[in-house]
Amino acid sequence: MKLTLGPIQYFWKRADVLDFYREAAGWPVHAIYLGETVCSKRREMRLRDWLALGEDLAEAGHEVVLSSLALVEAESELSALTRLVENGRFSVEANDLSAVQLCSERGVAFVAGPSLNCYNHETLALLQSCGMTRFVLSVDQGEAALRDLQEGMTRAGGTFPEVEVLAWGPLPLAYSARCFTARARNLGKDECAFSCLDYPEGLPLETRERQPFLRLNGIQVQSSACCDLAPDLESLRRSPVDFLRISPQAHGTGAVVARFEEALKSGMPPLPQGECNGYWHGAAGMDWIDAAQLMAGESREGP
Amino acid sequence: MSPAMELVCPAGSPAALAAALEYGADAVYVGLRNATNARAFPGLNFTAGALAAAVSAAHALHKKIYLALNTYPTSGQMRLWKESVDAAVVAGVDALIIADMALLDHAARHHPATPRHLSVQGSATTPAALRFFHERFGIARAVLPRVLSIAQVERLCEQSPVAIEVFAFGSLCIMVEGRCQLSSHVTGQSPNCHGVCSPAEHVHWKELPEDRREVRLNRVLVDRFDTGEAASYPTLCKGRYRHGDALFYALEEPTSLNTLPLLPRLAQAGVAALKVEGRQRGPAYVAQVTGVWRQALDALAGPRPFQVLPEWEAQLFHVSEGRQTTLGPYHRSWQ
Repeated sequence: MKLTLGPIQYFWKRADVLDFYREAAGWPVHAIYLGETVCSKRREMRLRDWLALGEDLAEAGHEVVLSSLALVEAESELSALTRLVENGRFSVEANDLSAVQLCSERGVAFVAGPSLNCYNHETLALLQSCGMTRFVLSVDQGEAALRDLQEGMTRAGGTFPEVEVLAWGPLPLAYSARCFTARARNLGKDECAFSCLDYPEGLPLETRERQPFLRLNGIQVQSSACCDLAPDLESLRRSPVDFLRISPQAHGTGAVVARFEEALKSGMPPLPQGECNGYWHGAAGMDWIDAAQLMAGESREGP
Repeated sequence: MSPAMELVCPAGSPAALAAALEYGADAVYVGLRNATNARAFPGLNFTAGALAAAVSAAHALHKKIYLALNTYPTSGQMRLWKESVDAAVVAGVDALIIADMALLDHAARHHPATPRHLSVQGSATTPAALRFFHERFGIARAVLPRVLSIAQVERLCEQSPVAIEVFAFGSLCIMVEGRCQLSSHVTGQSPNCHGVCSPAEHVHWKELPEDRREVRLNRVLVDRFDTGEAASYPTLCKGRYRHGDALFYALEEPTSLNTLPLLPRLAQAGVAALKVEGRQRGPAYVAQVTGVWRQALDALAGPRPFQVLPEWEAQLFHVSEGRQTTLGPYHRSWQ
């Protein structure tokens, strides 16, 4: 298993993005996914900037993949997606079926991103016939779902693709036409004043009894809880998982990468630092299932 | 003048089906009584026998039955979903509403004569995505997710290789359908895989002092209601949450989508069909909503300029979530 760095989910200042990747260039991550996946109005970084950054990171020895927008609505967004697919240099993480179609039409190899719906091996095979080489599990797919896919593919005599799993970070749970960050500030989407810049790890929402619940990130809704699969190292190793994805946060991502790298090297699952891993165990996403106690049939509930 | 838009109404039971047919639906969509559709609620939906009877009843009135098979099967479940497709074709349904591409592929290969509609759960929002489903699986129609503005719907109709169906009325999913995991995050059950959202078995109401109430989904407090305040079902996207000191409907209020004022523009755009949400609702709802939309569509086809009548609004108001309606994402300011 190797580590990857997923695309930045939030809207950061250009200088912060460049600083982040200047550090990341030296991290032990195999692949780095670049690009804007949430909102086409976030233009601190243009395609040419991502491409230039991609060259630097490729030079530093990383596989570079350009991630596409998860929800494509406007014609301008489809044009931007076409330019991304036709970049001629890097492969693409397709985060909706528009991207799958454009890659397929142009013969561009792609990674099936976590916001595609691929729940059975026949769908996997169809995506492979379109040019998919790697498959990122959607957030709700865990160990059993992965085993189901692999068994199906084996029975059908197909080749199982590379598999990547979100191993660290808040869970991207939903996308909407509505900008929730603008709404929280009583602003319209068209007059958002780029409010997302003020929330580099999302705008936190709590329940009425002050339990952290969600993060608003533009048109995306994330879990407040940070997913952490490091303690599940053993079951990850038993599974056909090739890549563990770290989702960038504004602070401490380098330490997270180091913790995972140490776990992979030593083979020792570390103590939990995140707050949820339920999906991996087939439970509610917000749950925490204690891998160490799982053998004894015990678990504790998450926050 | 564009051809008349088809009115597609929901039925979760034979009684609701009868209401839809009586009050003027052109087509009725139903689900089988198993996990293959996005309203897999206890006591709801049709057995194979009931489906065949539904088809006979509809065809006798020259109306259509569409079967929704719009959850996503795992590899291990594929057989039940495929058998359900096969059974629906034997029962004589007029179209299959499917989200999963492997299931679309099965239907296209084995039952090419039965039209395939892309479910809203298929999340196709662009001409490229529609081309994907049209080229590979020969879909005849696509139901659009409730995320596009009316201007975007108009542009998509111009460029789409297939007929377009849009949501006209009913409970409003504010997230892109097929790409929302809020329910599974909290309960482990999702619309995609289990055909349910914020399922009732995880709902816990608690009476508080002074006639106040609170409601949880699993362990998550979704809302509290003061004395006399209307309490609504704890769908996660319609709860009240805090950011700092502000308490508000951070995602959406309890409300229903109502596009009556947009009817002329939807017709002009070339939209082929209008969908009413609500297979989980009873026959009274189906009768009321179908009746209003039949009258509205007939008025649209009539000689006089189209006007939304106050009595239509009043009737829809009574069956709307939270007793309010919205144009939703069709109207840019909602977004």
